[in-house]
Amino acid sequence: MRSPLRWGRASSAPARRAHDRGAVVKVVAAMSGGVDSAVAAARAVDAGHEVTGIHLALSRNPKSYRSGARGCCTIEDSNDARRAADVIGIPFYIWDLSDRFHEDVVEDFMDTYAAGRTPNPCLRCNEKIKFAAVLDRALALGFDAVATGHYARLEPTADGGVELHRAADHGKDQSYVLGVLDDRQLRHSLFPLGDTPKDEVRREAAARGLLVADKPDSHDICFVADGDNAGWLREKLGDRVPNQGGAIVDEAGEVLGEHEGTYGFTIGQRKGLRIGRPAPDGRPRYVLGIEPVSGTVTVGPHERLAIERIHADQPRWCGTPLAPGSVSEVTVQLRAHGDEHRAVVRLDDTGDHVDIELLDPAYGIAPGQAAVLYQGSRVVGSATIDATDRVSA
Amino acid sequence: MNDVRTVYLDHAATTPMVPAAVEAMTAHLADVGNASSLHASGRRARRVVEESRETIAQALGCRPGEVVFTSGGTEADNLAVKGLYWSRRAVDPVRRRILASSVEHHAVLDPLDWLAEHEDAGLELLPVDDQGRLVPDALAASIAHDPGSVALVSVMWANNEVGTIQPIGDVVAIAAEHGVPVHTDAVQAIGAVPVDFAASGVDAMTISGHKVGGPLGVGALVVRREIELTALVHGGGQERDVRSGTLDVPAVAGFAAAVEVAVKEQADHAARLAVLQHRLVDAVRRAVPDAVLNGASTGSADERLPGNVHFSFPGCEGDSLLMLLDARGIECSTGSACSAGVPQPSHVLLAMGRDADAARSSLRFSLGHTTTEADIDAVAAALGPCVERARAARA
Repeated sequence: MRSPLRWGRASSAPARRAHDRGAVVKVVAAMSGGVDSAVAAARAVDAGHEVTGIHLALSRNPKSYRSGARGCCTIEDSNDARRAADVIGIPFYIWDLSDRFHEDVVEDFMDTYAAGRTPNPCLRCNEKIKFAAVLDRALALGFDAVATGHYARLEPTADGGVELHRAADHGKDQSYVLGVLDDRQLRHSLFPLGDTPKDEVRREAAARGLLVADKPDSHDICFVADGDNAGWLREKLGDRVPNQGGAIVDEAGEVLGEHEGTYGFTIGQRKGLRIGRPAPDGRPRYVLGIEPVSGTVTVGPHERLAIERIHADQPRWCGTPLAPGSVSEVTVQLRAHGDEHRAVVRLDDTGDHVDIELLDPAYGIAPGQAAVLYQGSRVVGSATIDATDRVSA
Repeated sequence: MNDVRTVYLDHAATTPMVPAAVEAMTAHLADVGNASSLHASGRRARRVVEESRETIAQALGCRPGEVVFTSGGTEADNLAVKGLYWSRRAVDPVRRRILASSVEHHAVLDPLDWLAEHEDAGLELLPVDDQGRLVPDALAASIAHDPGSVALVSVMWANNEVGTIQPIGDVVAIAAEHGVPVHTDAVQAIGAVPVDFAASGVDAMTISGHKVGGPLGVGALVVRREIELTALVHGGGQERDVRSGTLDVPAVAGFAAAVEVAVKEQADHAARLAVLQHRLVDAVRRAVPDAVLNGASTGSADERLPGNVHFSFPGCEGDSLLMLLDARGIECSTGSACSAGVPQPSHVLLAMGRDADAARSSLRFSLGHTTTEADIDAVAAALGPCVERARAARA
């Protein structure tokens, strides 16, 4: 298995393990300025850990104030995080990771869209920034673990390892965006909110005197300031070749319209196609395929979105990996907050490619997104969707 | 964190109030009286303000009427550069050039940028040498290029980051040849080096309360009587009609007491700090042999503030180092300003010809009246391991 991470440490002594019962560890609490990470930091203190709050500066040009319901990346958010750290009574610093974030997350986001795929930047941020760049730096500086406000549970195993599980609050569960964390990353992670429903976290924040208690949840992509994804992509990718527009066609190849760039489309998208003519049967049309080189976007009826097989690569295993060549029964989640599908997963002999046979069809599955594999509530791992096979007619 | 002794080495950011200032300030905290009122209580307040003004004038070599109280150094800097620019331009619209050193404090640089952006000022930032000292020939050449178009010159007395003392005498001599007014930010200089306003020949000078052992929230612009200044804050016209607002009588009293003590004890204070400075520089070099001292050499009272020690630690992020030292109770500064919440490489070090990496790897230790040998020894003990850690974090 590839190990893209470096685990530099200042001393040869192993970091104390965050999940040993009763162990006091030195924890970096990543504080976005939102309610979840503030309560997570407070709980890490209550657990007896020695906690230092940090806010990640991820934007090269942060705005002064929030616009809309976003929970990070503005000076106001950084001040909220600082104030929460004051109330909790922990030291607080800002770590500037804007360059790394731009390289590993923002550029990946642009490149993936430019390739006609649909990225998930939150997943990439967890993989490359929060539980890699931040964790590396924390370990080197003498900390043992990173705590975040993600809703997911970590459970110690008999052999001293740790398993990642869905949060008790399934409606708020964020294990999907953590499915890229490997064993080493999980051992140095703390998710203090995994057992708690969101409304209880808000009540607790209020009871602790944290003024962020009623701050709205963040939903949008943090680096797209006004939430206008399409506008942001047009500005960044509008001049990139290929991608300078093309035809919108139906499955028979008939041209239905024109578009300004394939980056504006996602598989399964219905809105914003701006096709003048309605379909002959009057039913809505959806994006079925994106071909960035020719600029062709293919649309069709909803049933043509159904897929029965997924080819995925770049697998990441949360703990014990599946064995190369093995076949396993799992459930698979194909987008954040998406449904679970029962599936049979085959890992090829190299261990690099995952073949996922869905036992019930899934709709609107975009290459670039992650397929996260579960067994019960446990996250087995994830892989990036490369291609899908339609349900044969 | 458990019982870590605090080692405060950030006196250039703010220094604890001296007892005389606490006493002078608290003596008036509960007194009623607006210094602008005509009745007895008002007169009592007014008397405290005017006695404070006279104390400061006596200590700094100016006339009492030349002291304009403000809310602090930043306001005084803004009043000086904007006020001078507008009044000079009003007399002759050609005067739009502003010449300043490239290592000024942001309280000067940012208003100058603002004037350039919104008020059509032509801003020329003058080069410094590798120790951060203004190159006087560059100033001379810049003025001589077109003397009639220069609105003002602003050069700090001593740099807040690397402690370099600027050649104010040369600056004044060059500007005087062409009748151009000079402003100097002397916030870091008062109490550290001898400062005599009249003898220096500058036209306006910024001073601050909390940098000299006085209270926060008060400062002054010392400005020659014949200089016209356009007001920034309009209202009751309390301070010579160039600065309005009810005066903070207790703060003004504490400020004056602090200035008096700082100036009276300047020579002894500087001598004591120089010994500690030397001890700290030695300790840093022993703990981290490849650390690079920034600024002028220590031990020369004419070239560097005695309380300033500024090093680059190759291979470290200053931010990491600051955090590690903070966890051990040692408080210092990266010396760099935050731009929009994100630390930026110091414009001072960049102007001195250092690259962004070197600038980001720097720490400023600034010593003051409460600093002891034990403080220095605590740094000596902690620094080596912290630098090793910080280097690993960047590897």
